[in-house]
Amino acid sequence: MNPNLNRLRRSMMFLNAQKPSLIKDPYIYKPDSIMLDLEDAVAENQKDAARYSLYHALKEIDYRGVERVVRINGLETAHWKEDVRVCVAGRCDAIRISKTESAADVLAVQAEMEKAEEEFGVEKGSILLMAALESTKGILNAYEICTASPLLFGCALSGGDYTKDLQTKITGTGVELAGARQTMIIAARAAGKQCFDTVFTNLDDMEGFRKEVEMIKMMGYDGKSIVNPRQIAITHEIFTPSEKEIIFAEKVVKEVDDKKAKGIGVFTVDGKMIDIAFYPGAKRTIEMAKAAGVYEGDL
Amino acid sequence: MEVKGTAMAGTLESSDAQVTVEPGTGIELSIESSVINQYGKAIRKTVLETLERLDAKNVKATIVDKGALDCTLKARVECAVYRASGYSEDVICAGEKLPWGGVIQ
Amino acid sequence: MINSVGRDIPEEVLKATGMKPFAGAYARHNEEYTKAAPTVRAVIDPKESKMVESIAEVLKKCGIKDGMTISFHHHFREGDYVVNMVMEEIHKMGIKDLTICASSLGKAHNPIVPMIEDGTITGIQSSGVRGKIGEAISTGKLQGLAIMRSHGGRVRAIESGDVHIDIAFIGAPTCDCYGNMRAVGGKSDCGVLSYAYADAQYADKVVAITDTLVPYPNLPASISQVNVDYVVVVDEIGNPAKIATGAAKPTTDVRKIMMADYCTQFVINTPYFKDGFSYQTGVGGASIASTISLGKIMKERGIKMGLGLGGIAGPMCNLLKEGLIEKLVDTQDFDMTAIESVRDNPNHFEITASEYANPMNKGAYVNQLDFVILASLEVDVNFNCNVVVGSDGMITGAQGGHPDTAAGAKCTIVIAPLLQGRIPAICDECTAITTPGETVDVVITDYGIAINPRRQDLIECMKDVKLPFCTIEELRDKAYAIVGKPEPVKFGDRVVGVIESRDGTIIDVVREIKDYEWDD
Repeated sequence: MNPNLNRLRRSMMFLNAQKPSLIKDPYIYKPDSIMLDLEDAVAENQKDAARYSLYHALKEIDYRGVERVVRINGLETAHWKEDVRVCVAGRCDAIRISKTESAADVLAVQAEMEKAEEEFGVEKGSILLMAALESTKGILNAYEICTASPLLFGCALSGGDYTKDLQTKITGTGVELAGARQTMIIAARAAGKQCFDTVFTNLDDMEGFRKEVEMIKMMGYDGKSIVNPRQIAITHEIFTPSEKEIIFAEKVVKEVDDKKAKGIGVFTVDGKMIDIAFYPGAKRTIEMAKAAGVYEGDL
Repeated sequence: MEVKGTAMAGTLESSDAQVTVEPGTGIELSIESSVINQYGKAIRKTVLETLERLDAKNVKATIVDKGALDCTLKARVECAVYRASGYSEDVICAGEKLPWGGVIQ
Repeated sequence: MINSVGRDIPEEVLKATGMKPFAGAYARHNEEYTKAAPTVRAVIDPKESKMVESIAEVLKKCGIKDGMTISFHHHFREGDYVVNMVMEEIHKMGIKDLTICASSLGKAHNPIVPMIEDGTITGIQSSGVRGKIGEAISTGKLQGLAIMRSHGGRVRAIESGDVHIDIAFIGAPTCDCYGNMRAVGGKSDCGVLSYAYADAQYADKVVAITDTLVPYPNLPASISQVNVDYVVVVDEIGNPAKIATGAAKPTTDVRKIMMADYCTQFVINTPYFKDGFSYQTGVGGASIASTISLGKIMKERGIKMGLGLGGIAGPMCNLLKEGLIEKLVDTQDFDMTAIESVRDNPNHFEITASEYANPMNKGAYVNQLDFVILASLEVDVNFNCNVVVGSDGMITGAQGGHPDTAAGAKCTIVIAPLLQGRIPAICDECTAITTPGETVDVVITDYGIAINPRRQDLIECMKDVKLPFCTIEELRDKAYAIVGKPEPVKFGDRVVGVIESRDGTIIDVVREIKDYEWDD
């Protein structure tokens, strides 16, 4: 299994793959993933230029551990097959499939990716996939999409296109996205995959952004799509376990490990009885804290 | 590659380079750069190596550099040369595959 | 001759200027000297008026002639009209071979470039030059040598007699008929007149130029009538919109905010961060952001700043207003908030440039600084800084108070993004040196923080602090790995400028710029 399948992805920052000033050192802002965009950010007459730019960026820029995801053009366009080739030749970490509507879409990209892996001598399974759901059909097929491939690490909502399909728009209240967000996270969790929220484009409304990230965190999401480095710190703050949570999780893990080793089945933390069902969550909190670089304990 | 027409790639934004190629006799190079004093030679070397890899032998290339890194210079030269040699996006979309990792590297 | 920061100062420059090579930031400590003095024309007869109709007439009264040295201040920044106005009249009179001794010159003064080309101006002494004047000097158009001095160094040069000012032209936001000048009130309010004070004291002739004549006496005066020969009223001495900008919005550039946060974290982890500490900062995005984040921590911890020094902008005034700073001591105002603050707040004081930074008086305010936060175009691996010459070899900046505050402060912090486009800020060798590395303690970049190895004490107290520390060589290597190692700029042979150390020795020279040549 690709070790990056379930890596920490609190923030995925979109960058136009054809803008040298954007792609030269975004790692400075420490996003978990960058999303090098060949699709919407790139003008129709620069699709070719973006690929050369992407290829050399992938090959020559040291992104210092930040995951390099590439958003390719939609399957309804003629661009996407060459996009997949350049992604594989440049050995990106993952490909984001635009406008995914079915398991067949995922498999089509996977097949093209495998062909390219063969062509460029890239190890099979070393590049992951993710699906962007941008239509009502895509949302309704979320589970089938999430389970389509073992290489697919998760799905992301693309709110702009989705609300158009829904015949509404982004209102700022979140009501238009409520169903999609709920459907997606349920499908993703049922499939054992990660789930990411759409972008928040109003950079003047940092409070609104914070509220939205807090909400999707509560809903169970793994991370947020980011359009500006200003949004990273807030996102990480919300998606990183707090000191209190870490201390509690540590106690749970230690208590359970300790008592289990002694053959005792009753667990207490801070004088309170706890359930064995706390254990996986506590483990996950510790793993997340480690991945985020904030864990200093010995677990 | 045979440069058959005139083509341009890149912009005049900071950290980018605008590259124009057209048919020439041998390699004719004109380089203008905001960092010419510090990186003039490095820029010329990168451009010449890229043209050589692409086997573009008769080309007049005009570079207006705004502090682009090597990776950007290469990408812009390649894009301009491929465009001028008939590899438009339409041709690529019709199934003409580019040699990633071959002469593009 | 190689000076103590390793720069080769040509013998002919030492001979021509009579100056010595730089020998260390504190080499002249303890030295005794006698100050210079101006020639004064006594005004005993109370019937004599100081009011003069025009610039042209005042030039005649002052006896302007070829070869003189005239001076200006830069409190009107890029909104200044005074330099151009006076020079235009002088040019019309056909005077040649003048030296301009200004506290600084900027892009506003591009119109004097033709006067450099035609020999009206043959010498320039300034904190620095930007725009077309810098280009004119770098391309060898100035007949004499340009001398770049720090703010403290300029007053030292005036007080010690290294430069003698024949006529000082002092733009005054308000002035009365007998020459009492104030920086507040009027149409071209600039807050303080700190840099003009030495000119008024040491020039033979002192001319006040104002657009707002006020009733006598104009008090409290920044510059007193006893030092002023003539008063000229003109329509406008400056463009208020360019003298003081509106309150700058705090930066949203995450890179700058990140460096500002590193800076604040560093500051609060030093032993100097305690109640009553003293602090100076600049007006760049990162400096402003660090002032704001430092203010928050001061409030949380109940720590007050005893002294805020130097050029002042809104955020420092806000801390003063909130009671987080005891006293603001001011030499330059950058925005309306600062101007209003120095006018209205009794704990906001104007001081002279000598009090601020002169290394050769009996102790300047900079000597009492705990922290100074600075920027730099380049920093070399020995922590030497360059704030005057662009990486392309063109003169483009000003020393300002950079070397003065660096030498004075206990903890000198330089903030610089590692890369400006393709140009690395941390390099093997600066294009020119303005501030010696022995006075620079910490360099903060977006790629990491380097502490000067001379400061083992600071390295020790940062041992457990979670900041991205590395060596300065590592910073340079990171930069070169991304952009490639730059070629050194190839200059022509002729020396066009001297970078004077604050103590009057030569820390570096600037040579004529040369068109780029391909080797083959």
